Amino acid sequence: MTDETKKDGAATNGDLKPVRVEPNVENEARPYPLPNLIGESNPAPSAERLIEGAVIVDEDGVKKALRRRPPLLEIQDLNVIFGENQVLRDINLKVRRGETVAVIGESGCGKTVLLKNMIGLIAPTTGRVLFKGKDLARVSDKALTEIRTHYGFVFQMAALFDSMTIADNVAFPLRQHRRNMRRSEIKERVESLLEEVGLNPKIVANKTPSEISGGMRKRVGFARALAMEPELMLYDEPTTGLDPIMSDVINELMISARDRRRVAGVLITHDMKSASKVADRIVMLYPHARLDPGEPQMIFDGTPEEIERATDRRVAQFIRGEAGERIREMTAGR
Amino acid sequence: MRAKSLEWEKPSRWERFVESTAGIGRAITGRVALAGNLAVFSAATIFWLVVKGAKRETLTPAFFNVGVLSLPVVMLTGTFIGMVLAVQSYPQFKLVGLETRIGAAINLSLVKELGPVLAATMLAGRVGSALAAELGTMRVTEQIDALASMGVNPIHYLVAPRFLACLTLIPGLTLFADLMGVVGGAFFSIKLLGVDWSYYWEYSRNMVGMFDVFAGMFKSVFFGAAIALICCHQGFRCGAGAEGVGKAATSSFVISFVAILFLDLLLGIGLDQIQTQFLGGPKGSMI
Repeated sequence: MTDETKKDGAATNGDLKPVRVEPNVENEARPYPLPNLIGESNPAPSAERLIEGAVIVDEDGVKKALRRRPPLLEIQDLNVIFGENQVLRDINLKVRRGETVAVIGESGCGKTVLLKNMIGLIAPTTGRVLFKGKDLARVSDKALTEIRTHYGFVFQMAALFDSMTIADNVAFPLRQHRRNMRRSEIKERVESLLEEVGLNPKIVANKTPSEISGGMRKRVGFARALAMEPELMLYDEPTTGLDPIMSDVINELMISARDRRRVAGVLITHDMKSASKVADRIVMLYPHARLDPGEPQMIFDGTPEEIERATDRRVAQFIRGEAGERIREMTAGR
Repeated sequence: MRAKSLEWEKPSRWERFVESTAGIGRAITGRVALAGNLAVFSAATIFWLVVKGAKRETLTPAFFNVGVLSLPVVMLTGTFIGMVLAVQSYPQFKLVGLETRIGAAINLSLVKELGPVLAATMLAGRVGSALAAELGTMRVTEQIDALASMGVNPIHYLVAPRFLACLTLIPGLTLFADLMGVVGGAFFSIKLLGVDWSYYWEYSRNMVGMFDVFAGMFKSVFFGAAIALICCHQGFRCGAGAEGVGKAATSSFVISFVAILFLDLLLGIGLDQIQTQFLGGPKGSMI
């Protein structure tokens, strides 16, 4: 919550507890409806009401309502083994609507493998990944393809199609899935998405990915991921390789996606500043090969405030970015 | 570029024996797994093609690349092969006094064997390796994962149009290779070697039948399908980095070429049997 929203909230909400003032997204002209935060079957939270064109949301009420809802994404006893190399062991994780979970951990601990399992790009060796209750490994190819339209994936290196222009890249999912959309509507939507991520469509739209900077490519990838109005955003190290200002721009975009569009998010990162700023919850994975027998791979699960006070040596070492005994451990093959 | 790896601990003779035996086992199981993986990949390609067809936006560039851009090189190859056949076979035919029948030998070799095999080889070299490199780069830079993450099946979007283009355009390319080979062979034999043109064409007409032309084009369809599937599969399973892409491009050509020769043998035997059993054997005799 920004200072400005706190101030506005206090001014308009009287005695109600912590509030967030948001633009009246229901009244904004949007080509597609936003994902329903509470769901069709549940009534809107009682604390939500309209005041002068803004929706006042009682955060506690919403959070309680969210906790009652089944998770959007649920991972149950996930194990991933490549050949003889076990990467993930007994991972359990729930991601609820409107929540951003950061997954941190050192290189090679299986963060990206976990992320790709969440969207069915890698199949679990054992265990289940459920999106809205559907097991991704058990649905048909066609159903999995449909389910993936509810995801947005921001890749580490943007993964833009280099044979297409920037505008075509952003328009790509719309052209594939919104067959009834007119060209003018797609163009309008692409312009709006590019503007939303801080790019001037007149300057970048007709360029190819190789003609723009790394930070711009990341933002184009972000715009493309938002094109289908996803319910769950997956971010694979989105700030890696960017300067501090551009990193913070990406952080703000992630926060904006959560708050304005109310999408859930899973953020894979090494960047503790980014995780602390963006995430509602942080989980830390530890490399499987270095775990003691029977020890859970997820060595921390809590809020950004809680991780600052973590007593586990490995967690504290990671968040402070201290090498400690790592050089000696790595030389010994651990 | 790779220097010989440094060996920190020298393994014993027994350890080397065990490792080399395990290596043979790994190589065999790896090949079997690769064949199974290719079969599943091929089935998925055909499934998507049958169920959803291919999108026009992806078909047009694939057809242009496979058909239009391959045509000049295939025609050039065909012309030279026709001329080379004339050069190589003329002295032998002259020795036995049958130089007037050289046209029959050249044209029959061209339409039944060399035309389809060379058109397929050129396609594997020009299009196949490029396919593997392009898809391999897309794999390495996560563009294939990006497609999948946007609810677009990569096999349907990337492989189906390329497969369809190779499958449907290779008979046409073969026909052009045949045609240019016939022209090249005739030009060299008649104009430069002085073979009488009326005998040249007469014996050619007596020896080369429609079934021979059909057999060559029929085989080419299988070659085209094999090239597209093998090269796209190699691209899809490309290893990491520049080395992975390079390996995918090289192995796609090598495997395609072996597959072309293997299929050529199998189909050649089958089609000869059909010709002998049901069509009364070859159309004519050289003697």
